[in-house]
Amino acid sequence: MRSYLRQQRICYLLQLRVLSTSLFDGLLAVFFPLMFATAALLVYRIKDDPDGMQYAGLGAAIMGMWTCQGVIASSLLTRERWAGTLELLVAAPIPLSRVLVPITMALSTIGLYCVVATIVWERLVFDIRLEIASWPLFVLSVLMSALTLALFGFFLSVTAVRYRTSWSLGAALEYPGWLLCGFLVPVDLLPDWLHPLSWSIPTTWAMAAVRDAANGVSPWGNLGLCVAVGLVYAVVAAYLGRRLVESARRHATLALT
Amino acid sequence: MTLAVEATELRRTFRTTTGTVRRTRKDVEAVKGISFHIEQGELFGLLGPNGAGKTTTIKMLITLLLPTSGSARVLGHDVVADTREVRRRIGYVFGGDRGLYERLSARDNLRYFSELYGVPPRTQATRIDELLELVGLTERDRERVEGYSRGMRQRLHIARGLLHDPDVLFLDEPSIGIDPVGARELRATIGNLVEMGKTVLLTTHYMFEADELCDRIAVIREGEIVAEGTPAQLKGRVSGGRVVEVETYGVLEETVAEVGTVAGIRSVAVEERGQQQVLIIQCERDAEVTQAVLARLGDVRVGRVTAREPTLEDAYVELVTGS
Repeated sequence: MRSYLRQQRICYLLQLRVLSTSLFDGLLAVFFPLMFATAALLVYRIKDDPDGMQYAGLGAAIMGMWTCQGVIASSLLTRERWAGTLELLVAAPIPLSRVLVPITMALSTIGLYCVVATIVWERLVFDIRLEIASWPLFVLSVLMSALTLALFGFFLSVTAVRYRTSWSLGAALEYPGWLLCGFLVPVDLLPDWLHPLSWSIPTTWAMAAVRDAANGVSPWGNLGLCVAVGLVYAVVAAYLGRRLVESARRHATLALT
Repeated sequence: MTLAVEATELRRTFRTTTGTVRRTRKDVEAVKGISFHIEQGELFGLLGPNGAGKTTTIKMLITLLLPTSGSARVLGHDVVADTREVRRRIGYVFGGDRGLYERLSARDNLRYFSELYGVPPRTQATRIDELLELVGLTERDRERVEGYSRGMRQRLHIARGLLHDPDVLFLDEPSIGIDPVGARELRATIGNLVEMGKTVLLTTHYMFEADELCDRIAVIREGEIVAEGTPAQLKGRVSGGRVVEVETYGVLEETVAEVGTVAGIRSVAVEERGQQQVLIIQCERDAEVTQAVLARLGDVRVGRVTAREPTLEDAYVELVTGS
């Protein structure tokens, strides 16, 4: 267990170093989330409703993490494939899940940086002072959002082992995710037939928990559902990872760029 | 003693598709039922032209590809059934720029792969130091890989492949694109590995490299092994003869074919050297072919004509061209 945790920690730190070395990348990581947040807040500001701005401000913060994690995670292994490291990762004598989870965790850390940057941006540019009833529960909810989004990213990334174009799945999920997860519009406003789809994404529950914590409502129920759904993705991804590696070995897709 | 590598009737077929609306599927047989074995501590060369099936063979042996049929064992472990056991015991190094994290230093790259390949934490730092020393990167171990030359990257690849002290090392064209000095250093490193008792399977295009390093060589052509033996044995396949080289300018294919019909000539290959086309003529040892060849060349402008003993490259060319 100690060696397992050590492997996860070292790989996480080194992957975080890969992701955070470039200042340009650091700026680019928040550029799009900040622009999207700006657009959303400009729309909400028209009504001059402080509650509405609080709603949009919280949503825009988590939306940045979704953009960062959801889109990049699915192209994660594609980038490893282009770099020629994918075969080496697959050829390692440990399960692929032990390789991928630290990478998606590192991505989530960048996602957390997006959350903080968005909150600062909202304060500086829109003068939004988020009213948070319980800061500990709010921080916990944001951290759980990052963790479960990492597990969701893990699920998205394993598909790339077998399917070279699966990175486009992440790109395709970005904007529907804004609606489905309730970042800017309540999930209740979506058509009923879309609700199950919303509920199947851990970030929907994480977003609800973040709002609960901010509004002084107990977030534990939503946090529990968020963790449960995230774990389902982790288990499915671990299983799929094994199957897809087998399939990639059979169909010779590991080295194809 | 258990064989280091044992391949039996190993076969691999790829399915390709063409067309957008009417898709046509075609099976391409990259490796056609090859068999060979490698003893422990041996340096075995797999030679062949591009597309001959060398890399496909290696990828089946290192568990990255499943064979379509046949079987292979590495140190007694089946490459399909005992994947993890095989992976623990092998190292894989390929040629070229890719396969490293550009934004990490050499030391961090090795730290990362140490964790993936199960190098015990207690010995990790020492092991990394030893390997950096072995490949001559100690002085620049904390620089990012993106600033490394191709030769430095290649040496780092070798260090990575050796991290978990594998018993069998697969080197897939490791010297490709490296300058002569770097290639010489690389050959010395590979030689050291064998002295350390490692088993090495090496693929290369460079005949002198194979000649200098390999204990045994298999020549693979279109997915089939066409010859196997020591470098001396392979050279012996053409050493019953002699090689005549004729420098020509603007020789036509038909003329080359005519030269091939001269009595005593076994094969003729053409090598482009700048403006020249050098005819490499393999002939019987006692055959006097020079006059007859010049006569066949007719009006073609001819430069120097020289005769020499056959090399491993001559044997290789004869084998892969099927002449």
